[in-house]
Amino acid sequence: MCMESPNNEKAVFTLKEVKFKDILYIKKLAIKEKKTTAIVGKSGSGKTTLLKLLNKLISPDSGIIYYRDTPLEAIDAVTLRREVVMMPQTPVIFEGNIRENLLIGIQFSEKKLPADDQLYDMLKAVGLDKKLDEPVHQLSGGEKQRLALARVMLMEPHVWLLDEPSSALDKNTEDEVMQKMMNFGKRNESTIIFVTHSTPMAWKYAEEIIEIENGEIVAIKQNQHE
Amino acid sequence: MNKSGIIDIELWQLIAAYAYVIVLLVIVRIMGIKREKIIVVSSIRMTLQLIIAGYVLIYLFNHPSFWLLLLLFFLMEGFAINNTFKRVKVPLNKELKKIIAYSLVGGTTISLAYFLLVVTGNDTWNNPRYFIPIAGMLIGNSMTGISLGINRLIDGMRTERDRIEGALMLGATPKMASKDIVNKAFDASILPTINSMLGMGIVFLPGMMTGQILSGTSPLIAIKYQIAIMLGILGSVAFTVLIFVHRAYKVFFNKDAQLLLPEDTTVNE
Repeated sequence: MCMESPNNEKAVFTLKEVKFKDILYIKKLAIKEKKTTAIVGKSGSGKTTLLKLLNKLISPDSGIIYYRDTPLEAIDAVTLRREVVMMPQTPVIFEGNIRENLLIGIQFSEKKLPADDQLYDMLKAVGLDKKLDEPVHQLSGGEKQRLALARVMLMEPHVWLLDEPSSALDKNTEDEVMQKMMNFGKRNESTIIFVTHSTPMAWKYAEEIIEIENGEIVAIKQNQHE
Repeated sequence: MNKSGIIDIELWQLIAAYAYVIVLLVIVRIMGIKREKIIVVSSIRMTLQLIIAGYVLIYLFNHPSFWLLLLLFFLMEGFAINNTFKRVKVPLNKELKKIIAYSLVGGTTISLAYFLLVVTGNDTWNNPRYFIPIAGMLIGNSMTGISLGINRLIDGMRTERDRIEGALMLGATPKMASKDIVNKAFDASILPTINSMLGMGIVFLPGMMTGQILSGTSPLIAIKYQIAIMLGILGSVAFTVLIFVHRAYKVFFNKDAQLLLPEDTTVNE
């Protein structure tokens, strides 16, 4: 099966007749590879559920989701999640210090651990001026979110699934962090799929915008800002 | 005093011991704590159970049989398993019950076999005088340990859902994602045994050692037994809970490494 979106760009995810409880129903959707896609919609519209389905954290009641050319049900969930990494809206911070929290994703993926220099680079990329040995319990909500972003970036996944990635950041930090993150993703040829309730933010950073209302896609818009 | 120099407790002296229960009943009545019934029931139950146990032990000592010991061992395991189910605050599903049963039987059997064959040796594995009390102590303590472990594990899997899912999202296996909870459950299980070991000999004299000293055994022999049984208990609790936690966490995930909802893991099937 050739998984291509209408304008012949390769799709990283293709969804057909996907239904999850009464929360989400997607008749047909193709999300483009190596592009940035925003999923916008009001609270409770099914945005997070869509991300969880793509991360295989939940499975649809019916329908089929393809990752590249393979149905998700044929892919081992843990293997998939090491390529398609999700960051929840409320970042999960583990006990320990900043270094341990940065490295935990790499450890879960059983990859080679990077040196401290690389960890500091990643902290700088998200505007977090902290020492690696600092305990995490002293961090503010915004700092925790930036730490969680740095953790995902450090993993260099093929696909980033970000649920409201800047919800705990102030306006100035949001712009700076989002821009750096997008640049980093582009350089690594990653696919970025982020959920936001903010339409302006979607238009600022995404190449494609999927609008969801009451669990159904109401519009897919192309953004020509590039 | 009997032939071996041990002071026997006469019937009237035993009855006198019940005076404490009557004093306790008066106190709780005055204080308005409605616990009279349970105090009376537990005192009567304890008395009857121990009388029966005493006669069973006398019978087994006079008619030693490996098969009878084995039967008694499985009866004790059965009661311990059933008691564990009752001690858990939430209803358990079939899979968890199965894991509890084989963890308890597995952990205590390994420890009991090692204890009787290696530590006490000299054919004690076949001697009811050694087999029964040692099996009782290992099973009883392992039962308490596993009960604490189950409660902690279920509690952790419920209250730390976000953290587990957060780890899964980053590519953790269910084992990696629940490692902290599994370790805390293990910790909660062995903590009473560890605390008891820390206080032993200073804060209190343990029951078995006290019993041996009262029955005329030299304190030096009694402490050797006590040391050995405490290490045996620690091993038995640890083995039982290790087998349990390393199997039980899997019940909370499906084949797609997705964390199941609480109602999918704890409802009776």
